[in-house]
Amino acid sequence: MSDLEQFRQETRAWLEDNCPASMRKPAQGEADICWGGRRFEFQSEDQKLWLERMASRGWTVPTWPKEYGGGGLSKDENKILGEEMRRIKARSPLTSFGIWMLGPALLKFGTHEQKLEHLPKIARGEIRWCQGYSEPNAGSDLASLMTKAEDKGDYYLINGQKIWTSYADKADWIFCLVRTDFSATKHTGISFILFDMESEGVSTKPIKLISGYSPFCETFFDDVKADKKNLVGEVNKGWTIAKYLLTHERTGIGDMGLPTPLSAIARDKLGLEDGELADTMLRHQIAEHEIDAASFMFTIERAKDQAKAGGDMGAFSSMLKYYGTELNKDRHELILKVNGSEALEWEGQFSNNGEIARSWLRTKANSIEGGTTEVQLNIIAKRILELPA
Amino acid sequence: MALILNEEQQLLKETADGFFADKAPVSQLRKLRDDKDETGYSKDLWQEMAEMGFAGLLVDEDNGGTGFGYVGAGVVAEAMGRTLAASPYLASAIVGASVVEAAGSDAQKAELLPAIASGETVVTLAIDETAHHGPEKTALKAEKAGGGYKLSGLKTFVPEGHVADKVIVLARTSGKAGERDGLSLFLVDRKASGLIVDRTVMTDSRNWAKMTFEGVAVGADALMGTEGKGMDALEGALDRARIVVAAELLGISQQCLDMTVQYLQERKQFGVLIGSFQGLQHRAAELFSEIEVSRSAVLKALQVADAGGNVGWFASLAKAKASKTAELATNEAIQMHGGIGMTDEFDIGFYIKRARVLQNLYGGFNYHADRFAALSGY
Repeated sequence: MSDLEQFRQETRAWLEDNCPASMRKPAQGEADICWGGRRFEFQSEDQKLWLERMASRGWTVPTWPKEYGGGGLSKDENKILGEEMRRIKARSPLTSFGIWMLGPALLKFGTHEQKLEHLPKIARGEIRWCQGYSEPNAGSDLASLMTKAEDKGDYYLINGQKIWTSYADKADWIFCLVRTDFSATKHTGISFILFDMESEGVSTKPIKLISGYSPFCETFFDDVKADKKNLVGEVNKGWTIAKYLLTHERTGIGDMGLPTPLSAIARDKLGLEDGELADTMLRHQIAEHEIDAASFMFTIERAKDQAKAGGDMGAFSSMLKYYGTELNKDRHELILKVNGSEALEWEGQFSNNGEIARSWLRTKANSIEGGTTEVQLNIIAKRILELPA
Repeated sequence: MALILNEEQQLLKETADGFFADKAPVSQLRKLRDDKDETGYSKDLWQEMAEMGFAGLLVDEDNGGTGFGYVGAGVVAEAMGRTLAASPYLASAIVGASVVEAAGSDAQKAELLPAIASGETVVTLAIDETAHHGPEKTALKAEKAGGGYKLSGLKTFVPEGHVADKVIVLARTSGKAGERDGLSLFLVDRKASGLIVDRTVMTDSRNWAKMTFEGVAVGADALMGTEGKGMDALEGALDRARIVVAAELLGISQQCLDMTVQYLQERKQFGVLIGSFQGLQHRAAELFSEIEVSRSAVLKALQVADAGGNVGWFASLAKAKASKTAELATNEAIQMHGGIGMTDEFDIGFYIKRARVLQNLYGGFNYHADRFAALSGY
């Protein structure tokens, strides 16, 4: 038996023994997602147990090195773990910005001490992170951010305001872009720093969105002290890390996994006549959408294979972000059409408090957050097509 | 399998790109058109292509081909799309070879495959009878007569039909138009008695043919595959041909984008390069994205075609997506070039003309979107 085959059998047996039955169905909504953190309220004992067991093997972050709380798995082993989890429909034990954003940045730019300090707590779901990037006057033009960090010897004194900070009101720590040099050009005076959201002088205020939800906050810093050892990379070189993370985020937003095919929802709602969707106009629109969606899915596959073969993803991630988010908006417009008036109920049991409508509204932000569609098109035009400035 | 070209395929791509840029630039098609050339392609070019092995990519080595497969065939088609190289490649080396491979008897394969691979014999497929693609709509009749068959009816839009040596004809041996069963494939000599061939000059300066069968007599050995079950053999081959057509469309789209981007980098108005205008940058970036997404659908379909089995879903996906993108690319190319894009002197016009012909060939966007939905179960 090959090593990988043995790994698969052992993994299968371990999952069989350790994944609680209630964790073996897909997450239905926000309440089923385990974000971790100091103040996280577990939905059930099973949810807690599942996190602890997976974390004990380092499998919340399977490919991170063991010394930082990861599983130390190779790409092939990680793929097998994913397959075996899908086989029993096991839920992800932990979702967090620490895992898919800060972690990769620390692994690439952090010191050994910073990795030892922060990564294991991410892996165990003990600390929940948020991202302090956008400011009221620095949205698409992120590099013009003005939150100030003054060097005070062994700490930085931070003053300013962030906006669109995802779940800042629930987060324990923040990774934050601050200006450390006001005389430098705008890209060169920025630093990347970490600090505790419980520090004196930090306050947050949720922003209510058109969906009725408040996933984002305004975040205020008033004489906040941030320990110097938590500055990642070199001072004034934070933009390099920010760019790396944005690329990472864009790829993530464009690649949101495979949702239920639109046609399956439509078949369910509209029914078939002679094997075809009963609404011929919608059938045409759905086919057009699914042709694009399937082609896009293969584009993600191609991009990953290219990256594996040593190709540089570079600005291609802007294309994935642009195309993926526009597709998702289109998908939700079609879901609205497929469900008719039912999709527009806002409150009540029947609609699970307007879940379809609220999800549809949420997608409108897809092409704004993480760099707008227009910014992505600018990047493609300049960096790939090399059009003049 | 990784969804990228392997080393061998990458090498073939570079060879093909270089070959067609050198031997068959757009100026060659322009000259054929201006000279009102009755063949519609350069026989010398076709011979050179055969020597390069391009005519035998789908023919196995025992029959004189290279057996390179569909990814290779698509790579070469894409290169041809970039320069609009005119040749019987699609009709003979792709459609002809794959139908013979799928439906031919051992004797038919032995006779035709080596001759296709060497470029000596041009084979084409006669399928459509109206302006709209639909193999099942075939009405052309094949009746049993004197130990063989007698073919009567009409075929239109047969690629290279005016010069092909052999024509594979989809004919009805039983049932009625619209039924999948009862269709059979026959191998007919273009010079057969009773077969009237009229050359049709198409928008893209290439030649197709209208074929009138006035009781064309063929022997029993002209039947390819099983009588009445022609569609079973044809469908897989036709789907593979559709994917290769999609690859040529991809080449056209890519070339239109490249020419447009170059123009945006050079043309000045209002004292600045027009490529600095965001209105044009975004149009170009959107087009780039659509082409990349199409490229993935086409490459995936080519890989599945090589893997064997049923490729219908992938073929309709690739043909629909590549057609839609080529329509966008050619329209955008003219718009972004402005007035010069409308002139005959400039090459863009040749690309939009060829694109529409290929978009329509073997089913356009609507045909394949409908089929994609049906094959997806809705």
